[in-house]
Amino acid sequence: MSCYRGKYADELIANAAYIGTPGKGILAADESTGTIGKRLSSINVENVESNRRALRELLFCTPGALQYLSGVILFEETLYQKTAAGKPFVDVMKEAGVLPGIKVDKGTVELAGTNGETTTQGLDGLAQRCAQYYSAGARFAKWRAVLKIGPNEPSQLAINENANGLARYAIICQENGLVPIVEPEILVDGPHDINKCADVTERVLAACYKALNDHHVLLEGTLLKPNMVTPGSDAKKVAPEVVAEYTVRALQRTMPAAVPAVVFLSGGQSEEEATVNLNAMNQYQGKKPWSLSFSFGRALQQSTLKAWAGKEENVKKAQDAFLARCKANSEATLGKYQGGTGLSEGASESLHVKDYKY
Amino acid sequence: MTTTTFASFIKLNASSSPWIGQRSFNQRPGSSSRSPAATVSVIRAGAYSEELVKTAKTIASPGRGILAIDESNATCGKRLASIGLENTEANRQAYRQLLLTTPGLGQYISGSILFEETLFQSTTDGKKMVDCLREQNIVPGIKVDKGLVPLPGSNNESWCQGLDGLASRSAEYYNQGARFAKWRTVVSIPCGPSALAVKEAAWGLARYAAISQDNGLVPIVEPEILLDGDHSIDTTLEVAERVWAEVFYYLAENNVMFEGILLKPSMVTPGADHKEKADPETIAKYTLTMLKRRVPPAVPGIMFLSGGQSEMEATLNLHAMNQSPNPWHVSFSYARALQNSVLMAWQGRPENVEAGQKALLSRAKANSLAQLGKYSAEGESDDAKKGMFVKGYTY
Repeated sequence: MSCYRGKYADELIANAAYIGTPGKGILAADESTGTIGKRLSSINVENVESNRRALRELLFCTPGALQYLSGVILFEETLYQKTAAGKPFVDVMKEAGVLPGIKVDKGTVELAGTNGETTTQGLDGLAQRCAQYYSAGARFAKWRAVLKIGPNEPSQLAINENANGLARYAIICQENGLVPIVEPEILVDGPHDINKCADVTERVLAACYKALNDHHVLLEGTLLKPNMVTPGSDAKKVAPEVVAEYTVRALQRTMPAAVPAVVFLSGGQSEEEATVNLNAMNQYQGKKPWSLSFSFGRALQQSTLKAWAGKEENVKKAQDAFLARCKANSEATLGKYQGGTGLSEGASESLHVKDYKY
Repeated sequence: MTTTTFASFIKLNASSSPWIGQRSFNQRPGSSSRSPAATVSVIRAGAYSEELVKTAKTIASPGRGILAIDESNATCGKRLASIGLENTEANRQAYRQLLLTTPGLGQYISGSILFEETLFQSTTDGKKMVDCLREQNIVPGIKVDKGLVPLPGSNNESWCQGLDGLASRSAEYYNQGARFAKWRTVVSIPCGPSALAVKEAAWGLARYAAISQDNGLVPIVEPEILLDGDHSIDTTLEVAERVWAEVFYYLAENNVMFEGILLKPSMVTPGADHKEKADPETIAKYTLTMLKRRVPPAVPGIMFLSGGQSEMEATLNLHAMNQSPNPWHVSFSYARALQNSVLMAWQGRPENVEAGQKALLSRAKANSLAQLGKYSAEGESDDAKKGMFVKGYTY
């Protein structure tokens, strides 16, 4: 057969298309327990289950926010959590027309013999876990592969290994009813210019799609979560229109029209930067047979976290900040973001952390 | 450093990955924050980048397609023999002259693929064939492959020759006026196809494409999946997806610039001997599904081969594919499906030249309408409906 069409094929295609609905995007709230701990400690909040639960409730129950979201990526713990009133988070989402998603990878490990390059773990037992997550209400999954740009990186080994991992993960998801988000993140760290990033991005995406095709993945039932094409973190910035042009061109050269949507990662850009760049992409005149949307973690939550600071009395203020970012990114998917409106403290703050370990 | 020098530096390094075991060219002192070229990305840039993009766009213009008249002398001989003509240079000249001097052809035809003899030929009035084309705003193209030969170690399959000396031949063709090239390799479903045959077909195309672009010619990428066989349309879809995945991967590895290529695929149809025929809507659905899964939007145009379909079939199928907007220009590059009624009308007689030209214009117009999704089959002749499939057809 040309590509795999199991019993979930129609559902996968419908869900993938839905996630790419213009005006909507994804909230990535799938920080592992360790990573969310870093976020919480930055606002002096203890990393205990009740606090993790409280933060996620703050986000998911922000009045009016869910209309701007087509999906939320969760960490396993959160998939089974409830609001303080006892309502499962997945039900809160479902009622608002938001698809629950689940992070299924088990983090990165180093590839021996390389200069700190990594591969992503998580294939063992993945099929059973996906089936369980589906029963619990998840309808899409996410797996983050990481590559870096350096004098000799990314190596062909790292590209091939990560592309193959993504392809295996993707087909297993599709066998079990979850739309796989394919995420080959090329880290922004480095002094390289935008041309270099474009070249690497095009090479990596070509390898990813070759692997997906070799593994018979149904492209219409997948999503891509790439980095935007930008200069390295130590290089001079460029205008959003340039980011838009280079990013769209990289996708035009690698991503088949069968894939319904791209949901960009923010990768350390500030909230405002990420939104403005996404907006520029949706204004860019050129062939774009897929939706261009967002799957932001830090770039949706930063100012919300700062406003909350772990205090009950700050919840409303924090939710206002979150709503503002959701709305801004929704407008950006339509190319209608005006920029800078309702900026809270922290919206312009760069979220780049060198050599960021997820 | 000027953009041109930077571009040629990339060209030099393009064949060796700049980041494996070598210092990347971006690590040279003062290389950061270079301002990017305004219109064409510096990635995979060569001396001809802008021209290649422009040529490809011209060929892929709305309402127009390619007239393929690149039959080798031997194959042209078969055409001439079918109307009782001897295979002489004079007869080949007379035939090509009839086609290329058709008044108004440029309204429906954007490019014409020539055989080497024709590229260097003139009409009986002494006018260069390429000039006849240029005057009509038709881009001259050139077949550059050297034909199919048996592929050792395969399951009776073929591979396409022609890489030796291709760079200098391409440069020579460019000087003569050609602006695009064509290389036809084949894949056989009854023979597998074997992984070896698919890999060879894809790799040969990728190498040819890179060399063509390096010498100013837009490469038409043609891996023809032969109609021969009794397989279903689902099997054709599977093989087509496999072949195109391989082709695009190797094109990328060879640093080919996708904005400066054109594709010449076969449509996704059942095999010639399959019990069920497929209607144009089904062929369109399967073919578009395949294209959407495999062809990056950066490719400007997809010019289908007719591969043994009747003139009318080829036109109807093209029309069905253009009923809604596509991310690439979807058009035709037809040889037999444009020439069949011409030969019938001409019969090799000077007094029939006008009739022959009229027939060509009529087929070209029909396909132009099909490209715009506006073709109607009313009034088509019986000749137009005749199938042209020849089992085991060798080009």
